[in-house]
Amino acid sequence: MSNLIMETKDFSFTYAGVDAPSLKKINLPIEKNKITAMIGPSGCGKSTLLRAMNRIHDLYPGNKYEGEINLFKDGKKENILKLKRENDLIRLRQDVGMIFQKPTPFPMSIYDNVAYGMRLADVKNKSELDDRVEKALQDAAIWKETKDRLHTSALGMSGGQQQRLCIARAVALKPDVLLFDEPTSALDPISTGAIEELIAELKDEVSIVIVTHNMQQASRLSDYTAFMYLGDLIEYDKTDTIFMNPSQKLTEDYITGRFG
Amino acid sequence: MGGKLFKNFSFFSATLSFFILVGIFSILFIYAQDSIHEFGFHFLGSEVWEADEDDAELGVFGGYIPLLGTMLSTIIAMVIATPLAIGIAIFLTEIAHKSLIKPVSIAIELLAAIPSIIYGMWGLFYFAPIIQSTFGGNGVGLLTAGIVLAIMIIPFMAAITRDSMNTVPDVLKESAYAMGATKFEVIKDVIMPYAKGGIIGSIILALGRALGETMAVAFLIGSVMQLPSKITDATTSIPVLLANNFSEAEGLEMSSMYYLALILFVVSFAIISIAKFYFLGKKVK
Amino acid sequence: MNRLLLNKIILVLSTLSAVIGISFLFWILATLTYKGVSSLHLSTFTQDLVNGGIRNLLVGQFTMALIASAIAVPIGMFAGIWLREYSNQNKLASVIRNLSDVMMSAPSIVIGVFVYALFVAPFGNYNGFAGVIALTIMMIPIIISTTDNMLALVPKELREAGIALGGSKHTIIVQIIIKAAKVGITTGVLLSFARIIGETAPLLFTSANNQFFTMDLTGQFPSLTVSIYNLATYPDEESRQLAWAASFVLTAIVLIINLTGRYMTRNKK
Repeated sequence: MSNLIMETKDFSFTYAGVDAPSLKKINLPIEKNKITAMIGPSGCGKSTLLRAMNRIHDLYPGNKYEGEINLFKDGKKENILKLKRENDLIRLRQDVGMIFQKPTPFPMSIYDNVAYGMRLADVKNKSELDDRVEKALQDAAIWKETKDRLHTSALGMSGGQQQRLCIARAVALKPDVLLFDEPTSALDPISTGAIEELIAELKDEVSIVIVTHNMQQASRLSDYTAFMYLGDLIEYDKTDTIFMNPSQKLTEDYITGRFG
Repeated sequence: MGGKLFKNFSFFSATLSFFILVGIFSILFIYAQDSIHEFGFHFLGSEVWEADEDDAELGVFGGYIPLLGTMLSTIIAMVIATPLAIGIAIFLTEIAHKSLIKPVSIAIELLAAIPSIIYGMWGLFYFAPIIQSTFGGNGVGLLTAGIVLAIMIIPFMAAITRDSMNTVPDVLKESAYAMGATKFEVIKDVIMPYAKGGIIGSIILALGRALGETMAVAFLIGSVMQLPSKITDATTSIPVLLANNFSEAEGLEMSSMYYLALILFVVSFAIISIAKFYFLGKKVK
Repeated sequence: MNRLLLNKIILVLSTLSAVIGISFLFWILATLTYKGVSSLHLSTFTQDLVNGGIRNLLVGQFTMALIASAIAVPIGMFAGIWLREYSNQNKLASVIRNLSDVMMSAPSIVIGVFVYALFVAPFGNYNGFAGVIALTIMMIPIIISTTDNMLALVPKELREAGIALGGSKHTIIVQIIIKAAKVGITTGVLLSFARIIGETAPLLFTSANNQFFTMDLTGQFPSLTVSIYNLATYPDEESRQLAWAASFVLTAIVLIINLTGRYMTRNKK
């Protein structure tokens, strides 16, 4: 088997107060230092799956997880669904970062936004913070635009800049995996291009999972693609294979725009 | 035509609140003239309140004691109410299980609906004795009034604070959690800064309420014209002095009562305006 | 780990605040029920204050609050309609909206003083009419704000559809928009009625009080709340018991109206 960072094994997920599971026995590998895209029509469960991978669902009580989601770290395998203590969940979220659909700058300065996660992780040393903030902003390709106004409010930035700031904020924690939940759907085409470029560059440092409803984005960006439909993982393969030569009829219909 | 009449009457009704406010200010100002002429701003710092027994147009009146009583009881109330109200709002928005939110909200809102005279009476017969046995004094006084006042304004404050905390987008909270923040850190670093305006606004609005509250305080502050030397001492406040003595006053004393009412009105007006304009924003949706 | 402990502490403290708040509600309600019910007799409702009952007080309090509502509700609704439907959200509208909000929080005792100067002092005697005016002034801004907010929730398309069908502006307001906002406005009216029926301060020196049954608004008028204030401070046990009985009845009325209002909006969204 190749080099995995995460995998889901017979993973099912049921929302609180709902009888039928929203995800049914999903088996999905996430390759290390690759970009894995999840595509599928609205309601197929791709975001639900993504939000399970850092247990962000746990903010809303009553949801049910079944099966396994494993994280491979330092040669060890850990089932993240087994984590119970708040401390462990906090650690998980520092290892598996997340970028949301809309930019979510916190109501504080640019610098404080990027330093926020590190401060939570108890990085106190000022010069280390400075270095890592600068590095993260450089990684997110907005150092040039922000270096002269690090201490102004992040809320004054444009949408595209804010999203890159959020990426910088997540990268600063040196996560193993970054989860992107339709990160460009609220942005204009130019900002979208910049974010895509950034994501492509980031994969040297971090493994990436991206949910998108934009098929061109998936085909441009990703190494592997998973196609989901109504809570099932229909097909998973190399992106080229999925787009050029899918083995399932359903995948082909979706790719060619016959539904969705 | 009907449409025109309808529109004009609507407009007339809308302007009425403006005329009432101007009316209140003018009437208080006119009737307070004698006292304003006689005592000017010195009124605010003088603690003597003595009517002349023979001539109602004479006497010496100063508003320092009721002013001080109003401020002190309000400060005590705010110090107690603010943390509790914010705690309740945090509980309702971030902690309570879904099934608890509704009943707790309703309970808190019912607490706000209970008439203030009920708080006063309950406070006098049930709460004052507790204060007396714990802190000494007569039972009635600044502390008792302040605490019961706090209980009265907590629900109001908690409701507005909760509403502004509810405006924080879920995704913003999620992204803080996604970085490994604890609930408290999300509250402190994301929710509080985001909802800051609304929270400060609600505190100031509650302050305005506490300043003008009459009945609860009337039962509990002791209603005596004396300077308090300790927190359990009895004193009086502007609304209480008005409630108890306004109708019997005459001449210059009456005018001084209007002066006090004017001060209370102007101060509340200013406080409420600050809360509305600076913190709660203009509510045009 | 330090931050987790801090987290726990804050969460526990917040929960504790809610528990304290609710305990006070139950404490007050329990006291009222215990003291009130044991002081209640059938005669409490059939006799007037002069004979140790609250019949005239209840009738008086309701009469004043109902007349005040009959004046304040139409005025407040018309004002709300102007703000939302006619003003085009201009400068004047925002001034009026803010003034009305300020008026909503004005100290009620000051409103009492104002009405005293205009409607009591010139006539030389307290009168029920002045009490009605004071309550009306308290109620108008609440109705304005409710109407304004509820009309804002009516979708724009509904107005446009009405106009497109050839309705004139005011008929559409009356026949469609107000209907669409009916539940919300009714709730607002009930809540504000619950608020003014429990008011004491604005009545102290306007209607004052009356021991006897009367419907004459030109003279002193019986008030439940003012009576509670007087009775509670009398030293004799009988007066205090009557004060408790009256308080229990008043609170029950206020809370029932309040809950009815909330129940209405709960069922219809």
